[in-house]
Amino acid sequence: MELTELSMLELAAKLAAGEVSSVEATRACLARVAQVDGQVKAFLRLDEKGALAAAEASDARRKAGNPASPLDGVPIGLKDIFLTEGVETTCGSRILQGFVPPYDATVVRLLKEAGLPVLGKLNMDEFAMGSSNEGSAYGPTHNPWRLDRTPGGSSGGSAAAVAAREVFGALGTDTGGSIRQPAAFTNLVGLKPTYGRVSRYGVIAYASSLDQVGPMTRTVADTAELLQLIARHDPLDSTSAPTEAPDYRADLESGVRGMRLGVPREYFINGMDPDVESTVREAMKAYERLGATLVDVSLPHTKYALATYYLLAPAEASSNLARYDGVRYGVRAKDARGLREMYGQTRERGFGAEVKRRIMLGTYALSAGYYDAYYVHAQKVRTLIREDFSRAFAQVDAILSPTSPVVAFKLGDKVDDPLAMYLMDVFTLPCNLAGLPGLSLPCGFTKKSMPIGLQILGKPFDEARLLRIARAFEREHDFHRRFAPL
Amino acid sequence: MPLSDFQPVIGLEVHAQLLTKSKIFCGCSTEFGAEPNRNTCPVCLGMPGVLPVLNQRVVEFAVRTGLALGCTIKKTSIWSRKNYFYPDLPKGYQITQYDQPICEWGTLTIDMPEGEKTIRVRRIHMEEDAGKNVHDASVGESLVDLNRAGVPLLEIVSEPDLRSADEAVEYLKALRDVLVYLGVNDGNMEEGSFRCDANVSVMRKGETQYGQRVELKNINSFRFIKQAIEHEIGRHVEVIESGGKIVQETRLWDTQRGETRSMRSKEDAHDYRYFPEPDLPPLHVPEALIDQVVKGLPELPRPKIQRFMSQYGLPAYDAKLLCAERPLADFFEACTQHSKDYKKLSNWFQGELARLLNESGGAVTISTLKFTPAQFAELLTAVEKGTLSNNAAKDVFGEMFRTGKAPEAIIAEKGLAQVSDAGAVEAVVDEVLAKNAGEVEKYRGGKKQIFGFFVGQVMKAMKGKGNPTLVNDLLKKKLGD
Repeated sequence: MELTELSMLELAAKLAAGEVSSVEATRACLARVAQVDGQVKAFLRLDEKGALAAAEASDARRKAGNPASPLDGVPIGLKDIFLTEGVETTCGSRILQGFVPPYDATVVRLLKEAGLPVLGKLNMDEFAMGSSNEGSAYGPTHNPWRLDRTPGGSSGGSAAAVAAREVFGALGTDTGGSIRQPAAFTNLVGLKPTYGRVSRYGVIAYASSLDQVGPMTRTVADTAELLQLIARHDPLDSTSAPTEAPDYRADLESGVRGMRLGVPREYFINGMDPDVESTVREAMKAYERLGATLVDVSLPHTKYALATYYLLAPAEASSNLARYDGVRYGVRAKDARGLREMYGQTRERGFGAEVKRRIMLGTYALSAGYYDAYYVHAQKVRTLIREDFSRAFAQVDAILSPTSPVVAFKLGDKVDDPLAMYLMDVFTLPCNLAGLPGLSLPCGFTKKSMPIGLQILGKPFDEARLLRIARAFEREHDFHRRFAPL
Repeated sequence: MPLSDFQPVIGLEVHAQLLTKSKIFCGCSTEFGAEPNRNTCPVCLGMPGVLPVLNQRVVEFAVRTGLALGCTIKKTSIWSRKNYFYPDLPKGYQITQYDQPICEWGTLTIDMPEGEKTIRVRRIHMEEDAGKNVHDASVGESLVDLNRAGVPLLEIVSEPDLRSADEAVEYLKALRDVLVYLGVNDGNMEEGSFRCDANVSVMRKGETQYGQRVELKNINSFRFIKQAIEHEIGRHVEVIESGGKIVQETRLWDTQRGETRSMRSKEDAHDYRYFPEPDLPPLHVPEALIDQVVKGLPELPRPKIQRFMSQYGLPAYDAKLLCAERPLADFFEACTQHSKDYKKLSNWFQGELARLLNESGGAVTISTLKFTPAQFAELLTAVEKGTLSNNAAKDVFGEMFRTGKAPEAIIAEKGLAQVSDAGAVEAVVDEVLAKNAGEVEKYRGGKKQIFGFFVGQVMKAMKGKGNPTLVNDLLKKKLGD
């Protein structure tokens, strides 16, 4: 087996045993990037020097018998939404071109402290708005499973880099499904933790009340291990949960015997890819064989989730993106005369079409005279959606569904149809509206060998159970062991 | 133009900078006058990815102010974003409180010549200040200083209960006194830490419907507020009397020309697109905090003045002066522990103490006085008992003020003790009378007005240390009165 095909924990074991060094693993990743990234285009920029320096430091700690964490020395990649001190961070946008942050995001600091070399910054839909990575100002990322397909979005660069074995794991962010949908499209495990479980400090905001940081890896155990490093209270984030994280690795192998797993009837819709539906149903049956009981549940307000999301997220985004005005950082329209013109031209040239669309939607939804009809109304529906889940979780331990109604679609297919693109998140975004944890797990392939994801939704702060449920399936199947043919 | 036919209606919005050491959502210093952009960090610069963390001290100050003004403290209030573009607003929005502020419905009582009047305070909310644009005409550039961005403010909004510019000024003065007394604001209008917007309208007397209002922005002295409001009232009456209509707009006070002028009209008024700030959870004020703040509330200016009048028997004028500043009132009260002649004490505060403080040009304040209340009282007692003349006491006091030495020590050092030994005084009196036999003759012959001459001679001979009562008594006795 190639070094780069190892899981994070497998590599960690070899690092611990002294069979391989972090520098070797990092070089292997760099070689892999040189080999495949010309086709995949997952990386916006490499930090070769920084990664190798971190790897050397890690090897020295290992040698001294003093590793900083179980994953010390395992190379990873970061979505370009995470601020990295001294390394350009653009959030996939032209408007932040040349922006070199003066500080690290909390999660970046935690990973650095844990000794993980960061190979570089990964492509994404601009400001995390999109489901295909085609929204990046720097061009799309390609799906390693089939290069004419999208890797999903907005954390498509993170997904593609891990799936193409350019890094061992990555962090993404998930506002409406941006970790889970690309994970499903590229045969990865992707976890969106409970809102507040992982710090958002230093993570460029898209929609503050929905954004959450999470791991994207090749195995459930890797996700548990990576989550362990980043799930903690951060005094710099007022929405960060003040509770301590449990040991996510402890019950990983405990199985699902006796668990009640909900199957929401609203999550199998018209227009679903039949391969997706049959594969997901097959996975559900597997859980029955493993000793769980499937329970029919209803989430009646699911049909309003998409509309609710596309009012609330743009509303917050329109405000969050106001700071990109050309005054203090990033690009500025140089030839503008006067302040208003400078604002106008900077934002006109700096933002892409999807970002502008959402800023306009959000500005409209918050405008005097429309606020009550749109924003307030959407908040009320959001409460109803949250209550749907509470009622369901009174009966079941977790909920199973497809992650996406379709598998990775062709690049260019939905670019001109924003609404069709928005539908890609129809199964993932209710979980963000409710602030719940959600995980996508490889559960099979279409006849044409494209990966399919199973989504597992849980109660607030019940990540450990989601991981345990996912691991029970993973142990019995080898879908996750199949690699993109690249 | 019959101004008297009209009734002005005024409401005030006061922005008071809170006396916290750090900003409202980050740990940066709030110090005034630092080098531009020195007191900044990624959070108050609005860098990508930053998040606000609330300074709990700001909440405490808001609760303190709310309780002092008799407001209801809301157990749960929320933060909102007020969205607008301006170079001095780093995030493109201001974090403020909107429809659910922390304090509501209080009152502030003011004293007007026709009696006291109670003005309703509609709300008090917390918010962050913006930065400052500096326009450098020499290079044609605008620069941004964000030292002030994120400095905590309280906005205190009155109901439109004020009916004249004088009432508005009284309200502002009373409000400022309360805030300074509470220790939440320094009351400094020049540095902008206490500033006000006024909403002004007029209606014909007897009407119940308020007229169209105009907002006067950011006025920074009591004098200008009075002038601006009066000018605006006159302008409204003029417009209405000549058949015109007042347009809703924001106006500025032009200090040069002594008039208000239009800044922006309703048409280009902002749509701030307020919505709840998703980066901050709802603010809960625990009962324990309210209890704690209540316990720490100082006596406020008005009740203190009342108490000074009743407890110390002081005239209103004295009580007001003594209560103008909290440290002054505190020092006065400390002195009353040692001296029971309150009126005399008060006179010394208004006379010598005020004079010396004034002469120090701010170098010495009540809080940095070198002598103690006990020493001050000791000095007054010495005068009372006749061991020190009034004039000598002023000398001693000056020395105490400068050095902080005990009055006793100064008196001894300078040999200022008054001579009250009857024998010693009598000897001098005899001497003086002997020396001025001619004058004694005249006095006895009926020229009583030269009595002062003898006193002066005795005092001169005694270098001013003779006990005046004793000198007087002995002179009268010897001169045969």
